[in-house]
Amino acid sequence: MGDGGLSRKLGKQTVRYLNPPVILASATVVGPREGAGPLGSQFDVVKEDHTLGEKTWEKAERRMLEEACALVLRKARLRFQDVDLFLAGDLLNQIISANYAARTLGIPFLGIYGACSTLTEALALGGMLVDGGFAGRLLLTSSSHYMSAERQYRYPTEFATQRPPTAQWTVTGAGAILLGIGTSGVAVTSATVGKVIDAGMSDPNDMGSAMAPAAAEVIYQHFCDTGADPTSYDVIVTGDLGKVGSELLHRLLAERNLDLRDRHLDCGVAIYSDQQDPHAGGSGCACIAVVFAGPLLRRLEVGRYNRMLLVATGALFSPVTWKQGESIPCIAHAVAVERREG
Amino acid sequence: MMVKDVLVAFAIGGGLCALAQLVLDLTRTNPAYVMVLFVSLGSVASGLGLYEKLAQLAGAGAVVPLPGFGHALTSGMLEGAAREGFLGLLKGGLEATSMGLTVAILFGYLFSILFNPKG
Repeated sequence: MGDGGLSRKLGKQTVRYLNPPVILASATVVGPREGAGPLGSQFDVVKEDHTLGEKTWEKAERRMLEEACALVLRKARLRFQDVDLFLAGDLLNQIISANYAARTLGIPFLGIYGACSTLTEALALGGMLVDGGFAGRLLLTSSSHYMSAERQYRYPTEFATQRPPTAQWTVTGAGAILLGIGTSGVAVTSATVGKVIDAGMSDPNDMGSAMAPAAAEVIYQHFCDTGADPTSYDVIVTGDLGKVGSELLHRLLAERNLDLRDRHLDCGVAIYSDQQDPHAGGSGCACIAVVFAGPLLRRLEVGRYNRMLLVATGALFSPVTWKQGESIPCIAHAVAVERREG
Repeated sequence: MMVKDVLVAFAIGGGLCALAQLVLDLTRTNPAYVMVLFVSLGSVASGLGLYEKLAQLAGAGAVVPLPGFGHALTSGMLEGAAREGFLGLLKGGLEATSMGLTVAILFGYLFSILFNPKG
């Protein structure tokens, strides 16, 4: 049986949902720095203290994640028992934030890891599970915390090492999305699953440049598979390429005669103002999660955007492989979302 | 005379730090490698008899930065070797640097109690 038997597969790497799942509700919790940024007023909860009064950064991150989960269910007027599956991931070893949140929530849990691409990985998989009839309601989350991520990937912040201009600032926050069967609202219509691309970069303080080739590849593939072009979308959103990575993405796509500069929005660039000195911009699992689940979803709901391509990129390295001198393999997944009138 | 000493210490100490910053910025390296590189450079320069001259010229400007630690290690080992032979060679390095190391551990421990680091 060839591709003809796969009614939902489009081209080489894309899935088109025949019964597109819709986003039933979303919730965002962010730290003080994100709250003070240009999008600050558009998040549901802004924490005043990035410790959240907890003893460890891990506990603080987990608390934000659990609060986002509780809030999204409250918004949808549902209980945890009403959710079929919990798909979550984060940046810490063994995705412990997701694991511990799953312990608290008591929802059947599938942990996923795509580094900062986790949100689109969850949306792509979640779409398949709903469209295939395997789950009616799914809770999707990703979270990160500046302090825990610095220690995980670079140095403990107390070490006070210098940050080069290409370094990005991991977003402290958690985004939660409730995906399910529905007819109106914002629907997930297709997803292009990316391949791991390694452009040979090895500097963990320049993730944007490392990830841009993966983003360029998956965007190009999405257009090839679906027949769409940049004008098919009102906005093309990338997760956390930052300023350095965004410029490289534009250059790489220009080589393929694609120009999306007039409709490209990078969440890492959008989340902090220059006065906040984030260097190349925001990053982390939570970056696209809170920007999409908060401000961007609102813009879709009110009709400011009708069609959006979400491209989250992830750097799939570990501190061990980096110290062993290995380059940083990267991935990106693209998910198309659009507003549907009921 | 005093002012001149301070200026020379500042220029040479600052120059060593600027050199380390250039290595950090211009090569794809990380702070741990720069630290090892500069301690090693100081140690080698000390063995060749060069660092002692720099230390006499710049005082704290040469002794306080990282190469100064390498210098203390090497000169301590040489002194130990002259005094006690092979065993002195093994003991001398840490003997000469014992105060610096003890202070580093003591203050590290003290500040970890005072400020409760979470990283």
